[in-house]
Amino acid sequence: MQLVAERLQKKFGAITAVAGVSFGATAGEVLGLLGPNGAGKSTTISMLAGLTKPDSGSVTIDGVTLGTGADPTKRRLGLVTQEIALLEELPARRNLEFFGGLYGLAGHALAARIAAVLELTSLADRAGDPPNEFSGGMRRRLNIACALLHEPQILLLDEPTVGVDPQSRNAIFETIEALAGEGRTLIYTTHYMEEVERLCDRIVIIDHGKVLADDTLAGLLASAPVANKLTLTYDVPPDGAALAEITGLPGVIQVDLAGTALSVSATDLGTAAPRVLERLAARGFSCQELTSRRSNLEDVFLALTGRTLRDT
Amino acid sequence: MSPVFTAFRALVRKDIALFLRDRRALVISVLTPIVLAAFFGSLFGGTGSGGNPISRMAVGITDADDSALTQAVVESLSQDTSLDIRMLPEDQARQLVKSGKLRAAIVFPAGFEAAATGALVGLGKMPDVQLFYDPSQTMVRPMVAGLLTQHVMQRISRPNFIGNSRPAPFNLVNTAVTTGPRYNSYAHSFAGMSIQFILFMGIDAGVTLLLMRQEGMWRRLRAAPLSRAVLLGSRVAATTLISMLILTVVYLVAGLVFGVRIAGSVPGFIMVAITFSVLAATTGLMISALGRSVGATRGVATFAVLVLVMLGGAWVPSFLFPEWLQQVTEFVPTRWAVDGMDAMTWRGLPLQSALAPAAILLGWSVLFALIAVWRFSWEDD
Repeated sequence: MQLVAERLQKKFGAITAVAGVSFGATAGEVLGLLGPNGAGKSTTISMLAGLTKPDSGSVTIDGVTLGTGADPTKRRLGLVTQEIALLEELPARRNLEFFGGLYGLAGHALAARIAAVLELTSLADRAGDPPNEFSGGMRRRLNIACALLHEPQILLLDEPTVGVDPQSRNAIFETIEALAGEGRTLIYTTHYMEEVERLCDRIVIIDHGKVLADDTLAGLLASAPVANKLTLTYDVPPDGAALAEITGLPGVIQVDLAGTALSVSATDLGTAAPRVLERLAARGFSCQELTSRRSNLEDVFLALTGRTLRDT
Repeated sequence: MSPVFTAFRALVRKDIALFLRDRRALVISVLTPIVLAAFFGSLFGGTGSGGNPISRMAVGITDADDSALTQAVVESLSQDTSLDIRMLPEDQARQLVKSGKLRAAIVFPAGFEAAATGALVGLGKMPDVQLFYDPSQTMVRPMVAGLLTQHVMQRISRPNFIGNSRPAPFNLVNTAVTTGPRYNSYAHSFAGMSIQFILFMGIDAGVTLLLMRQEGMWRRLRAAPLSRAVLLGSRVAATTLISMLILTVVYLVAGLVFGVRIAGSVPGFIMVAITFSVLAATTGLMISALGRSVGATRGVATFAVLVLVMLGGAWVPSFLFPEWLQQVTEFVPTRWAVDGMDAMTWRGLPLQSALAPAAILLGWSVLFALIAVWRFSWEDD
């Protein structure tokens, strides 16, 4: 199973929402789709789900071009919307019957699939209760279950963990990992970096309707012009001579002083940190507090888009 | 069973299940029209069996003449079952009309008998009889004037006033002209109120689609491999079925409790009911296509429905409208719905009489559906 988005383009009036987005995803792969609000992420998801027709370009599934409306290729897709789109007053089981019915499921086949997705999402014991009596996490899980009834090979998950407690988030992660383990293709959008880092095999970063990066997490971290960061706090801030000496140390990329806090960016913290501490101590500056952080996806995102994901 | 039919059935069942679970919708759509129809029906004569007498008109009389003629006229008016006669001084009578306590007041001037009997044979000037009336009730003035003329003429033409007795040269035989068993004003009020509240339900169905867009449900439905015909057609089918369900319950109550009968053609009644239900459904669909925000759409649509049912004669019979307005209402679908239901219930007309209302309702439905499909924004989620 291979999903390919090729040179997708979509305009709304004079505004270009998506300008030539291309990427692909293979069976068993979890692809993270990241981008600030207004980047073209939602429009891209709409085109991937067969909701919006591209002005140009195409989405193909195993070489078959995806259409809109009643195109049977849509049966191979499942969409988990960002909004919890459930029939709040009807029991969970009735919700599942309804969404299964939309894909032509009925009778024993539908009953079997309902049992399977309830089991997968750990909601079997609450099947008779309506979602408006569920916790936020349970409603999210039911939202996912509704998209799985017709056994789609490709699952589009649009921010599926918004407003979910950590316990339920873990349950959702396990469900996603189980689905990927079954060989399904998952396209996952989120604002939470740690989710992408945990779940996604590959990450596509979109901004201004274009793909800025498409790589594995390791690849992104390696290629990005960002560094690991060491932050040291002193009673007396280091003087100019001390800063000049540190800046000249091997592996040190950048040094910033803000008040009594000294930030040192380095390619390798393991070798840079002892040297910085030693040189400053030799100049009589005694470190009160030290923190270190390795570069992460947030830094990559910031470097590529100029914004943090939380800002979006 | 084909997957398309399974999906269509799932969509229809969902809408019906949600309607049945919504107590507010049930109360507004079923209970409210029954209560209001019962109220309006009792106001306009009830079952027509004499069980609900029309309230008598309170009319004041000032007799400044105090003659045998005026006393006889007052006695005669007092015996009229449509009048509640009160003898009052002129100032008080005028004040009570002004305050709305009396519908009208008649003032016989001094010398009325002499002047009136003389004028009848061409001698002397006719006396002036003052009639004070409430201008807010335009029907009262001609009614009281007519009754007064009738009773004065009956008394003045008797032998002790002039010549020989001259009874009217005919007997008036009153016959209510319907082919039904007997006029039942509940039949009209139930038709009017059903139509009003089913159209409100149609609005709700349209607004629900707007809410579905807001809440992501519409996006999810469109992610399924379903055509526009299935998505919109299922909504029309569901709203039509809900409308039929409401009509069935309301008319069951109307029949069992208020004696409303389908005295005409049952197939004709069903035909009008179905075509009106389709009209309500397509009205909702059009609203969902034209509307943008939920609040504004609901407000505008409610106003439009109220105008439609008012012009359709659901509140006040359309024959009370001015001539030009009656002609305008020929183009109002609710007028045909009310007329169609009246024709099949208390008027007791045959199936042919349902054909024109049904065809016109269907025509409007097709127009509304075309507008909805034309204006529906598919990619706006």
